[in-house]
Amino acid sequence: MSKQVKQLDRVIIRFAGDSGDGMQLTGDRFTQESAVFGNDLVTLPNFPAEIRAPQGTLPGVSSFQVHFADHDILTAGDAPDVLVAMNPAALKANLGDLPRGATIIVDTHDFTARNLTKAGYDANPLDSLGDANDALGEFNVQPVDLTGMTVEAVKEFGLSRKDAARAKNMFALGLLSWMYGRPTDPTIAFLEKRFAKVADIRDANITAFKAGWNFGETTETFVVQYEIKPAPMAAGTYRNITGNLALAYGLVAGGVQSGLPVFLGSYPITPASDILHELSKHKAFGVTTFQAEDEIAGIGAAIGASFGGALGVTTTSGPGIALKSEAIGLAVMTELPLIVVDVQRGGPSTGLPTKTEQADLLQAMFGRNGEAPVPIVAPQSPGDCFDAAIEAVRIAVTYRTPVMLLSDGYLANGSEPWRIPEIADLPTIDPDFAKPPVAGPDGAVPTFEPYARDPETLARPWAPPGVAGLEHRIGGLEKADITGNISYDPANHDFMVRTRQAKVDRIAESLPPLHVDDPSGEAKVVVLGWGSTYGPIGAGVRRVRKAGYHVAQVHLRHLNPFPKDLGEILARYDKVLVPEMNLGQLSLLVRAKYLVDAVGYNQVRGLPLKAAELAEAIGGLVADAEGVHVDLTTPAEEAIK
Amino acid sequence: MSTTELPFPGLHSGIELVPTTDQQQTGKDFTSDQEVRWCPGCGDYAVLKAVQGFLPDLGLRRENIVFVSGIGCSSRFPYYLDTYGMHSIHGRAPSIATGLATAREDLSVWVVTGDGDALSIGGNHLIHALRRNVNMTILLFNNRIYGLTKGQYSPTSETGKVTKSTPMGSVDHPFNPVSLALGAEGSFVARTIDSDRKHLTAVLSAAAAHRGTSFVEIYQNCPIFNDGAFDAIKSNDTKADAIIPLVHGEPIRFGSPDSSGQGTKGLIRDSETGGVKVVEVADVGEDSILVHDAHNPDPTTAFAISRLTAADYLHQAPIGIFRQVERPSYDDQARAQVATAQEAAPGERSDRLAALIGGGDTWTVV
Repeated sequence: MSKQVKQLDRVIIRFAGDSGDGMQLTGDRFTQESAVFGNDLVTLPNFPAEIRAPQGTLPGVSSFQVHFADHDILTAGDAPDVLVAMNPAALKANLGDLPRGATIIVDTHDFTARNLTKAGYDANPLDSLGDANDALGEFNVQPVDLTGMTVEAVKEFGLSRKDAARAKNMFALGLLSWMYGRPTDPTIAFLEKRFAKVADIRDANITAFKAGWNFGETTETFVVQYEIKPAPMAAGTYRNITGNLALAYGLVAGGVQSGLPVFLGSYPITPASDILHELSKHKAFGVTTFQAEDEIAGIGAAIGASFGGALGVTTTSGPGIALKSEAIGLAVMTELPLIVVDVQRGGPSTGLPTKTEQADLLQAMFGRNGEAPVPIVAPQSPGDCFDAAIEAVRIAVTYRTPVMLLSDGYLANGSEPWRIPEIADLPTIDPDFAKPPVAGPDGAVPTFEPYARDPETLARPWAPPGVAGLEHRIGGLEKADITGNISYDPANHDFMVRTRQAKVDRIAESLPPLHVDDPSGEAKVVVLGWGSTYGPIGAGVRRVRKAGYHVAQVHLRHLNPFPKDLGEILARYDKVLVPEMNLGQLSLLVRAKYLVDAVGYNQVRGLPLKAAELAEAIGGLVADAEGVHVDLTTPAEEAIK
Repeated sequence: MSTTELPFPGLHSGIELVPTTDQQQTGKDFTSDQEVRWCPGCGDYAVLKAVQGFLPDLGLRRENIVFVSGIGCSSRFPYYLDTYGMHSIHGRAPSIATGLATAREDLSVWVVTGDGDALSIGGNHLIHALRRNVNMTILLFNNRIYGLTKGQYSPTSETGKVTKSTPMGSVDHPFNPVSLALGAEGSFVARTIDSDRKHLTAVLSAAAAHRGTSFVEIYQNCPIFNDGAFDAIKSNDTKADAIIPLVHGEPIRFGSPDSSGQGTKGLIRDSETGGVKVVEVADVGEDSILVHDAHNPDPTTAFAISRLTAADYLHQAPIGIFRQVERPSYDDQARAQVATAQEAAPGERSDRLAALIGGGDTWTVV
């Protein structure tokens, strides 16, 4: 039979199932296929903190959302067009996010009385499809026995029923791959490699994947195949990359570009552990990874390695930063280069370990005793984690200071196509170690001055052990200017406190002017953001502009110090909107620093901000500022080509 | 390749990779220009003098020696030595030294700590350093009191101790640092006394020569807040009965000497408890006396001996090297893994970086 082919400009698919159903892998494979096909895409994995929450329950639902398009997109999408639900719990947990008319593909096999009860259903919603009381009436529901067909398809491999059924995620992937015309070769190659050592599992998965594709092609259930053309992108070689992987690569690159060995001291914590895992693979780059006994030992070892002349790095999430605070203060006082990576998650305390949040900004800024300024750098997208990491290394090494690199759970696990940079385009970073002292004409060897400063950067010398004549002692006690001897002198302390602050402030001299995105030049409202809200803010701004209104966007990579031109830029606009996944932390900082009446847009739901809701908030401010009525309903797409 | 297949460097001495010097050194070369500010009569002076006097014997280049400390009276130590040094934060010196020693094979790394720093706030780092066997020497100055904070009880203070924070007496049970170090898989565990310079120097020499974590507990008198805590082992009248000297290969005997000049007391195995006990040598015969074996791979006997340390007033304590065994060190193995990976990946780092970030499934847009 011939199938109809429909053109779409973008689709949002959410794969949802039990934590053990392999939804992350399924989503990841679909993403890779879409990336290789050439779509622009953004992903949003969402999984429980429990490794295996009770099977079939709502808390055990794991999902992976992928938004792919024939044009440049910025977010993983507010609401899925298609939901693949592997069991009743997955259906129930995700139904609320679906817009009217969305397609739902359900695996009927798991809609047993027991699973329905576990998910909290009194009756099977699939039994009443098409009835007057159809609870799913506003959706396009496609009930398919994915498991049953998978088991049937892989019969020849003689697997246990349980093992056979486990390949159902590949069947689902095959079906969706057919539906959206995805290339299948990458997934087959992937399965061949992944299960190379277990031939029957490998063959079963490949067979299930192909069976899913063939089912789509032959069944009359699915009559439409969709086509989403590749997105036009800047020339270059691309790969799909997650934030944690890009960040790890950025740290490796920081080591290469500075010529320093990298030493990572880290304690496993969600969602930062993947950086430790990744860096442990790259010993060939002179990367040493040390899994410490606790968070404090992780940073302690990194500081020790930095003292020894390596690039010390520690990776963690918010709770780990709390534990490391005192040691960060030691790095401030000893003025040693150090990278502190905080992959933020929902807080306080243990909070929401697998969900995203931006609520560590003030902790990064102020979470230490005494006046302890620490530069802060934040990436804005998964691929941008690479550049942000290199920038953090540049600042740490050049200014001899700990640098906080604030990623978050959304960036860490989310992915996007990333244009692979040329190594020649990366900055080079000069460690500029202290030189051995040279005897003067009178033969006298000058005494080393560990707290003398570079007049331009205010950085002190970095003098790792092993050089005769540079023997010196550093530590947490206040040091005298120049000599570095212990000093309790009031005037000296006042001077040193101000000097450490001035050194961090001085970093602003090295920053490029901010990019102000204000195409019409007529905007009265500027949206100021930082970190992973870049995507949703950009998408929200596009919606507002597409509806015919003016709005400007500025996004900060540097949170401390702020770029020099930020105050002047904010002063140009009547209204400043600051969307954040916290209760207004950047708002607080810009209000305090620039006396601007910044308006917050704040959500702490453990999820990225939604572009449509943000657009409404922007629209509201535009209405206020321009005295016009704002109506965003006309073209509700985020796309502007 | 598993760790066991890696080319183990086969290093045995703790200072094998540290550059040496032919230049004659004296204690003065290791003395910094900073005024020493411990209380008059503090045991720390004696240890500092002994260390400054002993370092020249190692023949190492001064710039390749690093002292790292935490917080407490003893932790001021690095400021007084003209080597590289870091006076860090409370309890964390072993972690900082771990990073330093792993990053730099060419350094002789020393940690100076106290009973509060190492056993209270930094207990976790101490046991994990010992377990990993990072190549460093930890000097634990044990004065059984908190000095810098002016006289609270410490984790080695005896139960019932009346201090500023325990007016009715402490109800904490104390740690025995040597037992703790042995339990934490320490490969070199020793105890010495601040006032016995000869013994202190001998133990420090052995500790420096040991590859891996060397743990040395130094009994150190605090004349201000816990004066006299070690009188029993220091006084000429009592020390023969209080000190149980441990010398590898020698029968463990102590007490007032008999006609042959040997102590009248000795240690034998206690078949009832599985431990060791003190007996009169005359009662059991010389041949029954336990011969000290610091190189025994099994730490059981060393632990049993450590239990003879008095937990209350220190009227009895074994002194010497309890245990000294070879075990691969963490830093040697970590470096060997990096070196092996580097040898397997020839070429410029920048070319390999391009290959790394350009790996995976890629596509090209023209």
